[in-house]
Amino acid sequence: MGCAAFARALLELADDHLILGHRLSECCGHAPILEEDLAMPNLALDLIGRARELYSRAGEVEGLGRSEDEFAYLRSEREFLNCLLVERPNRDFAHIMLRQFYFSNFMELYWLRAADSRDATVRGAAAKSVNEMKYHIRHSGEWIVRLGDGTGESARRAAEAVGELQFYIDELFIPSASAEICFETGLLPDRRSMREEWDQRVERVFTMAKLDFPEPVPALTGGRTGRHDECLGHLLAEMQHLQRVYPGAEW
Amino acid sequence: MVNSVSEAQYRAHQAAASVTDPELPFITVEELGILRAVRVEKGIAVARIAPTYSGCPAQAVIELSLVTALNQAGFEGRVERQLEPAWTTDWITPEGCRKLRRHGISPPVQAGKTVCGLFESAANPECPLCGSQQSERVSEFGSTACKAVYRCRSCAEPFEYFKPI
Repeated sequence: MGCAAFARALLELADDHLILGHRLSECCGHAPILEEDLAMPNLALDLIGRARELYSRAGEVEGLGRSEDEFAYLRSEREFLNCLLVERPNRDFAHIMLRQFYFSNFMELYWLRAADSRDATVRGAAAKSVNEMKYHIRHSGEWIVRLGDGTGESARRAAEAVGELQFYIDELFIPSASAEICFETGLLPDRRSMREEWDQRVERVFTMAKLDFPEPVPALTGGRTGRHDECLGHLLAEMQHLQRVYPGAEW
Repeated sequence: MVNSVSEAQYRAHQAAASVTDPELPFITVEELGILRAVRVEKGIAVARIAPTYSGCPAQAVIELSLVTALNQAGFEGRVERQLEPAWTTDWITPEGCRKLRRHGISPPVQAGKTVCGLFESAANPECPLCGSQQSERVSEFGSTACKAVYRCRSCAEPFEYFKPI
């Protein structure tokens, strides 16, 4: 029971990283400026690298011999356990940066608390990620301020992104039954405990950006049980295409 | 017996330590602080390495190069990853930092000392060409996961900065 819960909670975490990493990688070659074309794939690499480590560990814990590639390429939409925020489409640059800002602020707080996990892989990932998340937060945070406090159009788009993504915030802080067991057994931190600090951090930057902090709204959830928006299917169709068409292909 | 074990150990270590980073071919994995230990057990040489930046594509090449180098030294080569304690740029040796500078890359300052609040920058890296501290960030992200792009305000040359993590 403990092992199954840990494997599942690791998959939730790994899926968050892989799906957001893939979303960012879609920006490669499409960024508004060259520096961003360098930044987004670099951020994507951090996330995908972390996902690989977490999938490997999930495979070990699960004990069924599944590899990181099998987790990434051979599961269907309903088997992905990522939160809904990370699968949101790249509607415009403001959406991309806000999604990134929400997620990296959450993850820095998460990894800070994961530093004393009973699991060595989680501790190792935490030590590395805390530093990486600082770069991610700074990058997206600076853009939130530039966009929110920028031109009329950039401010309008930033406000629109806030309005659209507000429904996906709460799910970050809701532990699944598996995550709950991992928290009780000292393997993973408590997601709920990050809310207050996260709100303060986001609010601070929103003030600089002259953006209104989102009011509490009913949360959209379902990601942790495999119930996703249609957009995840499209993402997976592209991401998994090669392995589905040429099973076992290697290069 | 004792001598032959330590001799084998020495040879395996020398072989592993000579492997260089594919993207920084002037610097060895030992100078980067990636190679943590090499041990020999029954003809199998195991190199223990600490992964650097998450998702760094050089990782796979480094692992392959290590196995090849150990094989060439007459061992069955294996690589083992050490996730804890996590690698940090503080492990780059002074010689490694000198080599980075000599190749136009400003070495990292102490990890955890540079990333700070939005629109702030703690210590500006030193220009590897003229030694000036007057530099400015052009892009936090560069051609590889480990580098940022800076510009020197004294000699006006652009340069790469090895990002502290």
